[in-house]
Amino acid sequence: VLVSLICSPPQNYPLYIRSVPTENELKFHYTVHTSLDVVDEKISAMGKALVDQRELYLGLLYPTEDYKVYGYVTNSKVKFVMVVDSSNTALRDNEIRSMFRKLHNSYTDIMCNPFYNPGDRIHSRAFDNMVNSMMMQVC
Amino acid sequence: ITEVCGAKRVGYFGPAQFYIALKLIAAAQSGFPVRIESIKNELPLPRFMALKNDSEVRYGTPAELHGVKFQVPHATLEKNSYKRTDEGEKQEPKSPPMSPICSPPASPSTYQRIPLSYGYGKSRSGLEQQHGAPYEIRHSTHQQDGPSSGNYGAKPALSCSTLNRSLSAEREQPDSSAHYSDDPWRITEEQRDYYINQFRSLQPDLNSFISGSVAKNFFTKSKLPIPELSHIWELSDVDCDGALTLPEFCAAFHLVVARKNGYQLPETLPETLLPEYLQAASLKPMRDCALFDSYSESLPGGQPTRDFSRTEKASAEEVPDNSALLQDGKKEDKQALKVSTALKMIPKEFQHLTVKTAAQESNALKARPRSRSYSSTSIEDAMKKGEEPPTPPPRPQKSHSRASSLDLNKIFQQNTQAVRSGWLPPPPPALPPRPSVSQTEQVSEVELHPQMNRPPSQAEENSSAKKEVVLAQPPSKPARRKLRTETQGLETPELSPTINVTSSLPAVKPHLPVQKQSTKQKRAIQTAIRKNKEANAVLARLNSELQQQLKEVHKERIALETQLEQLRPVTVL
Repeated sequence: VLVSLICSPPQNYPLYIRSVPTENELKFHYTVHTSLDVVDEKISAMGKALVDQRELYLGLLYPTEDYKVYGYVTNSKVKFVMVVDSSNTALRDNEIRSMFRKLHNSYTDIMCNPFYNPGDRIHSRAFDNMVNSMMMQVC
Repeated sequence: ITEVCGAKRVGYFGPAQFYIALKLIAAAQSGFPVRIESIKNELPLPRFMALKNDSEVRYGTPAELHGVKFQVPHATLEKNSYKRTDEGEKQEPKSPPMSPICSPPASPSTYQRIPLSYGYGKSRSGLEQQHGAPYEIRHSTHQQDGPSSGNYGAKPALSCSTLNRSLSAEREQPDSSAHYSDDPWRITEEQRDYYINQFRSLQPDLNSFISGSVAKNFFTKSKLPIPELSHIWELSDVDCDGALTLPEFCAAFHLVVARKNGYQLPETLPETLLPEYLQAASLKPMRDCALFDSYSESLPGGQPTRDFSRTEKASAEEVPDNSALLQDGKKEDKQALKVSTALKMIPKEFQHLTVKTAAQESNALKARPRSRSYSSTSIEDAMKKGEEPPTPPPRPQKSHSRASSLDLNKIFQQNTQAVRSGWLPPPPPALPPRPSVSQTEQVSEVELHPQMNRPPSQAEENSSAKKEVVLAQPPSKPARRKLRTETQGLETPELSPTINVTSSLPAVKPHLPVQKQSTKQKRAIQTAIRKNKEANAVLARLNSELQQQLKEVHKERIALETQLEQLRPVTVL
C-alpha cells in the first residue's frame, strides 16, 4: 500500500494524490491530511535551516497502527507526503529518500512546463506514469 | 516476368516481387533475357510509356525536364499504384490506381523524407477503410480539376510526379518496408522549414532557446486546450529545462499540428520527434531511404487520417504547382521564393529537389499571409476561398473534424478573416500589377539552374525573409471582429504580387548588376515596412477593441458576483 500526496503552500491544499491500491482511499487521504500538521510542525521547528538539502527529507513523521508516514518538503514549501504499509519491511529509509527525490524531480519538470500554473492540480501524464511506476516497484 | 519474380508463386506483388518485376521489365526492354540474373546488370530504368495512366500523362512533360531520373519515378509510380492496389486489395476493394499516386503526400524535398511520406501516404491510404473509397474518388475527381480549382486535389498527381521524381533512384531499393510505415510523426521538409521560420520569428538565433513564456503564448494561439498543450510541452521538452531548442520546438509544433488535425497525442514522444533525431535530420537532409521501423503510432479513425493525408497531400501538391504550372501566373511568388529556399535546403546535387523545396517554402510563405495565423482553421478557411490550391505546412482541415472546436474554429475563421480584410482598407493598392507570365517562365528557367539560383536567391532570401517577418506578425494576433471575408481574397493576391514582383524580378534577371537587385530589395523592404505599419495599425485597433471587451466582461463579472453575494443565505448568527 502506498499513498503519496503533494501539497502546496500556503493553504496546503493537495495538488496531487495517488494511492495504490485504491480501496480504502479515504482513510489514507485523511491520514495524509492529518500528517500535514506534523510536517508543518517539523518545518517550523527548523527555524532558519530550511535551505539545507538534508532538511528536505523529514523522515518518518509518525508510525500509526499499521503504516508509516514519511514527509518531504521542498524549498518552496511544497510538501510531499508518503504513506507506506508497515508490513512492507523491505522499504528502507534510503529507498524512501530516492522516491522522494524522484517525486521532486518530476515536480520540477512539471514546473518547467509553461502551461502549468503553480497551484493547479497536477494532470501531467508523465508525472502519473512516474508515480505509477514508483508505486509498482514498492508493491 | 510474373513468374520469374515470384509473384505467381506468392500470389500477389509484394514490394520485393514488384521491384524484381520492374527490373525484369527494364531488362527485357534493354534486350536482356528475362531471368533473375538479368537484374544484376546495370539496367536503365524501365519505360512505361505505353501505360495509360493519368499520372503517366501528367508526368510526361515534366519528365522531359528532369531527364533520366524521371523514368524511375514512372516506375516508382507504377510501383505505387500497384503496391497500393495490392494493399488495397487486402484492405479495400476499390482503389483506383490514381489515388495512391496522390497519397504519397507532402514534401518531396529530401530523400529520407520522401520514402517516409510515400510510406505513410500509402499505409494511410491503406488504413482508410470506410473513408477510403470516397477519399479516393475525391482524389480522382480532384485530379481532373484544373489548377484553378481551389483545393489540393488538383495537384496530387502532379505533386506525386514531382515527388516521385525526386524520390526516383532511392526508391528502387526493395527496402521499402520502412516506407510503408504510417508515420504522421515525421516532420516533412516543408513543415520543418515552416517551423524553423516560426522559431525565427520568436527567437532570431536558431541555436538558442525559446523561453517557456514565449512558447506558451505562441502555442496558446493554436487554441488547443491548455491540458493538451501542457502535455505537448511535456513530450517535447525533453531536457525539461523550461525552454525549447529548435528541434524541441519543431517537435512541439508538429505535435500541435497533428493534434489539430485530429491525431491523438502520444504518451511518449515519437522517435522521429526526438531532438537528437531532428538535429541530425536538420543537419543531414540527404539520407538513405532505409530508415527506422514504424513504431506503434496507430492512427485514429479514418476521418482524421483523411484529413491529415489530405493536408499532407496538399503540401505535396504545392510542389507540383510550381514545377508543373510554371506557365500559370498564379504561383509566381512561389517560384521566386523557390529560389530562395534553394539556399536554405542543403541538397545541392538535385536540381529538381531544390526547385521543389523552394516551391514548398514559397508556398508556405505565400500561405502565411493568407492564413494570418498558424492555426489550421484559418488556413483552411483561406483554402475554402479558393484563392490558392496549395496549403501551408500546418496541415489545415477541409472540415472541422472535432465538433467541440467547431465554434472556436468559426470564430477564429471570422477573426482571421477580419484581420485579413482589416488589412485592406488602410493600404491603397499601390502594389505593382501581377507579374506577367513571361516573368514566371523566366523564373522557372532560372530555377532550373541552381548556379544561377544562388545570386537571385540571396536577393530573394532577404526580401522573402522580410516578408516572413511582416506576415508572421499579423498571424500572431487573432482578431475577433466579424468583417466581410471577400476582401481577403484581394489581400493575398496583393501581397503575393508584391512578393512576386520583388522576388521574381531579381530571380528573373540573374545577370542584372547588383545595384538593380538592391533597388528591388529596397522596394521590397519599403513595401514590407508599409505592410508592417498597416498591420500595426490594425492590431492596435484590435487591441483597443479587445480591451473594451475585457472591461465590459469585468463589469459583468463584478455585477454577477455582487448578485451572488446578495443571494447567498446569511450565515452569520
